[in-house]
Amino acid sequence: MSERGLSWANLFEFANPKRFLDVSGWIIPWLAALTAILIGAGLYLGLFVVPPDYQQGDTVKIMFIHVPAALTAMFAYGAIAFASLIGLVNRHPLADVAAKTAAPLGATFTALALITGSLWGRPMWGTYWVWDARLTSFLILFFLYLGYIALWNAIEDEVRAAKAAAILALVGVVDVIIVKYSVEWWSTLHQGDSLFAQGGTLIAPVFKWPLFLMMGGYTALFILLWLIRIRTEILARRTRALLRREA
Amino acid sequence: MNAFLALLVRDMRLATRAGGSAMLAVAFFAAVAALVPLGVGADLKLLGRIAGGVLWVAAVLAALLSLDRIFQSDFEDGSLELLVLGPLPSEAVALAKICAHWLTTGLPLTILSPVLALLFNLPARGYDALIASLALGTPAISAIGAIGAGLTLTVRRGGLILPLLILPLISPAVIFGAGAILASLDGLSNGAFPLLGAFSFVAVLLSPFAAAAAVRLNLQG
Repeated sequence: MSERGLSWANLFEFANPKRFLDVSGWIIPWLAALTAILIGAGLYLGLFVVPPDYQQGDTVKIMFIHVPAALTAMFAYGAIAFASLIGLVNRHPLADVAAKTAAPLGATFTALALITGSLWGRPMWGTYWVWDARLTSFLILFFLYLGYIALWNAIEDEVRAAKAAAILALVGVVDVIIVKYSVEWWSTLHQGDSLFAQGGTLIAPVFKWPLFLMMGGYTALFILLWLIRIRTEILARRTRALLRREA
Repeated sequence: MNAFLALLVRDMRLATRAGGSAMLAVAFFAAVAALVPLGVGADLKLLGRIAGGVLWVAAVLAALLSLDRIFQSDFEDGSLELLVLGPLPSEAVALAKICAHWLTTGLPLTILSPVLALLFNLPARGYDALIASLALGTPAISAIGAIGAGLTLTVRRGGLILPLLILPLISPAVIFGAGAILASLDGLSNGAFPLLGAFSFVAVLLSPFAAAAAVRLNLQG
């Protein structure tokens, strides 16, 4: 296994639900500890150690909970699209479960990014909401998440719901890229990328470390909650199957 | 090709004859547009400025209203199953139905739009852009709408969930379409038309595949 690395063949070994329950049960406590350490350290550095920005004052610290939420929201959509592709091509139920359970998390992180962003916008831009490119594309992303979740809930048959939702997710991933460019064309007020700008990062080093810690922390938190939700869904389906057999 | 044309003609007949909703969608389009001045006030300057955006939003809503016609009624009486089993690939069936929907919704809306724009006092230099942008952009609404119609085929009360699925997906068409009209009002060089055309082209090209996949999965068992 160590020689093969993370190839497709052994990725699917973990796709066996039983195997998945075993492995994820072992991973979850460690991942929870990692999440707590990363977010704890990031928040401590971000809130108490980092000096106020010379322009933005203490409001700059909203960045530490805003930017990672936005990144995680996009990461979650990518995860859904990837799981949907696997689900459609390989027809593996675990991929369907993974896509389904990631959606409410992604929607929550999107909402978190929108809310923290508007709280930052009030003192900085003088208004809670502006129709600028990124805010608008995130609002549309939020509606995409809602539609995706609604489609899952609307179709009773699990297999059919999974396929329909997977088609929607794949259409959505093409569309989300177009939406991003269309709203950028439409209007831009939001500052451009400073973290991954060409020629290295533009952000001051004091702000960089807490931000990276928080990004790691949010990603770990997302994966942690995702694993827990997948486990819950597997167990719930198993319970339903047992009840059906008994009835 | 004959089968494709036959299906296209059949769908257009169904839409335009008694019980069809083509005229209803057009009337709905006009009614929504007429409601806007009542809401925002009768300031002609303001209305002239927002005319393009209002007509675009009204066109999207009117198209949404008639989307269930694409697959739903054929699904209910069983003819959709025959069409998919027939000689035409299901992607071609979807494309024919998208074309029929556009010819009976998008096209009449486009033709009616200058009349409504008069009511909105749209400045004279905006009319070309209005007609061109609706003609170029409404096929994308029919195409992406067909995906939603296919996905919600077996959903009870699918009409409620359909707008939530579709509206975010077609937002680029509204942005480019209404943007093109505004740009022409301001006399700016118009970069929106190529973008709108590209979006529409890609939507019409790719949507039949997604819509056909959605229909097939809903016809299984």
